[in-house]
Amino acid sequence: MTAVLQHPGYEEERMQRVAGQLPGREVQAGMLLSLMGQPQHYSYPSIFIYGHRASGKSHVMHVLLKELELPHATVSCVECVSVTLLFEQVLLSFFGCDAASLLPCSPSLSDFVRIYRQQCSQTPAKETRYIVMDKAELLRDADTNLLPALLRLQELVEDNVTVILLSEIVWDNFRPNTGCFEPLLLNFPDYSKGELQQILSQDRHPSYSAEFYSSYINILLGVFYSVCRDLRELRRLAALNFSKFCEPLAEGKVKETDTHKLWKNIEPHLKKAMQTVYLREVSSLQWEQMQQMEEKEAGALRGVDTHSAVALDDFLRIAAYLASYNPARTDKRFFLKHHGKIRKTNFLKKNEKTSNHLLGPKPFPLDRLLAIFYSVVDSRVAPTASIFSQISSLVTLQLLTQVSHNDQLNAPKYKCAVSMDFICAISRTVNFDIVKYLYDFL
Amino acid sequence: MSKRKVKNDHMPVGECITQVQKILRERLCHQQLPQKLVGVEAQHKHLLELLKRTAIHGESNSVLIVGPRGAGKTMLLKCVLRDLLEEKEVQKNLLQVYLNGLLQTDDRIALKEITRQLHLENVVGDRVFGSFAENLAFLLDALKKGDRSSSCPVLFILDEFDLFAHHKNQTLLYNLFDVSQSAQAPIAVVGLTCRLDVLELLEKRVKSRFSHRQIHLLSSLTFSQYLDQVQAQLSLAHDFPDTKFAEDWNAGIKTLCEDKSVEEVLQKHFNSSKDFRSKHMLLMLCLSRVSVANPAIKPADVLEASRLCLADAKANMLHGLSILELCLIIAMKHLNDIYEGEPFNLQMVHNEFKKFLQRKSNSMYNYDQPVVMKAFEHLQQLELIRPVDGSLAKTQREYQLMRLMLDHSQIMESLQKYPQCPTDVKQWAMSAFG
Repeated sequence: MTAVLQHPGYEEERMQRVAGQLPGREVQAGMLLSLMGQPQHYSYPSIFIYGHRASGKSHVMHVLLKELELPHATVSCVECVSVTLLFEQVLLSFFGCDAASLLPCSPSLSDFVRIYRQQCSQTPAKETRYIVMDKAELLRDADTNLLPALLRLQELVEDNVTVILLSEIVWDNFRPNTGCFEPLLLNFPDYSKGELQQILSQDRHPSYSAEFYSSYINILLGVFYSVCRDLRELRRLAALNFSKFCEPLAEGKVKETDTHKLWKNIEPHLKKAMQTVYLREVSSLQWEQMQQMEEKEAGALRGVDTHSAVALDDFLRIAAYLASYNPARTDKRFFLKHHGKIRKTNFLKKNEKTSNHLLGPKPFPLDRLLAIFYSVVDSRVAPTASIFSQISSLVTLQLLTQVSHNDQLNAPKYKCAVSMDFICAISRTVNFDIVKYLYDFL
Repeated sequence: MSKRKVKNDHMPVGECITQVQKILRERLCHQQLPQKLVGVEAQHKHLLELLKRTAIHGESNSVLIVGPRGAGKTMLLKCVLRDLLEEKEVQKNLLQVYLNGLLQTDDRIALKEITRQLHLENVVGDRVFGSFAENLAFLLDALKKGDRSSSCPVLFILDEFDLFAHHKNQTLLYNLFDVSQSAQAPIAVVGLTCRLDVLELLEKRVKSRFSHRQIHLLSSLTFSQYLDQVQAQLSLAHDFPDTKFAEDWNAGIKTLCEDKSVEEVLQKHFNSSKDFRSKHMLLMLCLSRVSVANPAIKPADVLEASRLCLADAKANMLHGLSILELCLIIAMKHLNDIYEGEPFNLQMVHNEFKKFLQRKSNSMYNYDQPVVMKAFEHLQQLELIRPVDGSLAKTQREYQLMRLMLDHSQIMESLQKYPQCPTDVKQWAMSAFG
């Protein structure tokens, strides 16, 4: 394991310490080190490292630069809302706060390069300086010149400096229109399942044995690995569900070695976790509370009963849904008592292959909405202003969206913006079988 | 003397390797100037003549150096300057101003930079100027010596020339060219750009003041020249401290360049691009593999470096997706096949995926819509799928129209490499109809 990480520029002991901190990333770290070369040599002007989230890009960089004590500036592009902060941070970490204070109040790239050169002539680099830009994809949104200039910074400031960009988006999506200095591309592949297991097993609870914890991780990966390979997310899920896993043990029902029983106990629980806590519909704290309460009302959490309104309102939503998802020509068949003879084969034209539930809601005029609404509601409702005000309140709640332009008062058009599950839940509360009225489900 | 030579002749291997790394890294990463230019002698001569006229005879000139990225525009200019500055008369006379379109993003900043580079800050002081032209004229006036006929020649180098054309009213370019074609202070304006249509960017009044002298750097390198360059770039000079090692190294490089597989790799790179930068990148990757344990570049190193250089980044990213996300990609691929590249939305993709699950699948089970949605959004975040323009507003997320940013072959290739890919998923991807 440590054999990979060897470099003439650095002491053996240090390299071992580095290797110990980078499980599963030895190859990448070795590759990076050999590219960086010995500290006093030149390195490639810009290196672009890409890989999935939580594949250890920042971690490897951080550990290498920290442990080997190389001069570096780490900048997270999320923090740098303006370029001023970026420049300041770089100057601060290389030349101290005096240099950073030389920047004028809204500095241009030109100012930055000027000050950098000035400082650099006073304290020339004995070792390669590194600027690490985390989440580099945000640089695309900054000034158009910033990214090309950073890529050739070595040439511009005439110093031994290397810019390292870290991103989870491939380089092809970065390249500006007229091209720029091409950085050296380096890929950090995802962790394999074995490596994930190894890393996750490291943060085991001290009161349980290592085998016990790693068997737990194994079960966890069995459920979540097919959906999520993000180490950070998996780690969070592991921490949240471990207490549940240990429960039968604490009650004294099973022994640590009885993996099958433990699996049976935890598996449905983890599946439930995938539907809630993995989607971040509930926070970690809520999830812990739910585990304590053990009440099976997780399904009810999903947004349905947050909008409680009167029945009339519900019918309006149902009518809007029907208007959006049914073709207008079928209204006669659904909502007229005596619709004459419409043959079923004729009615279900098979050339309309794609259903509206795939393509999304269609816009409809207000008249049609009202017509469907009156035929859906059982009791007679007078067309009062309150209905119109309810429509506009539905728009503000974003359950309906107005498609036509705002100033078109004559025949406004709307679209329904609620999901199938939502509307089914509503129609159940008012005893309306909506599926019967949907063209797609005939 | 002889004693030192004996001692130097037998440096330990580690020391030698360190020296090699130092020398070659300076060549490859720091763009150290070569002794002699290959293939651009004519351009070199032309430019040198031109600048000499300005530097010695005080003639004004303007010229553009046009060539693709990494073609050696800057290198050419720097070589010319190096040769130019060897002459004593030029050395004490010529002033240089470097401007870069990336840094000097507007004319105000550019003027400040010019002032600074001409060391005229204290002359300008707190003076207020009416116009840009006045300011520039003042600066150039300040450079004049006692009598009016002999003022200092100034060389203006404008890197990324095309970006200066985007400045407001092109004031800087207008004034520089105006000075260069009227009998004012002698200046030479050298622009470097990668845009062939750069003259179209100039306003009429600017264009008419430009001398229309262009030096094109369109590489006419042949493969054997390319090969020679590679060899020269990796070889060590005669003044390397350990002569024995240098000889061995150079012999190793020679055999390397004659190797069949290496030649094949280099031919592939040569065919895709002839520019210096991509060649340097390849060689740098080779060089980085040289260490005490591996004291010479072997053909295997070149092959590995080329593999890294040519690796498809998107295929690499596909490798790290979860199996659910990969299934969604396959479903999108099928939709693309069926509807001939029409955009799709999440519902359609999910429906396609569900159809697959119903038909034949024992390795996957049906996920809830929100879980699928999360996977879909992750793909969007990675920019493997992109929303169609204008479909963002006022539509639900599951009906937003998207386009797949991947090629058919990229998907199939990465599927082959995907670790533990279930067979039925593979077959599904391979089958012609969803």
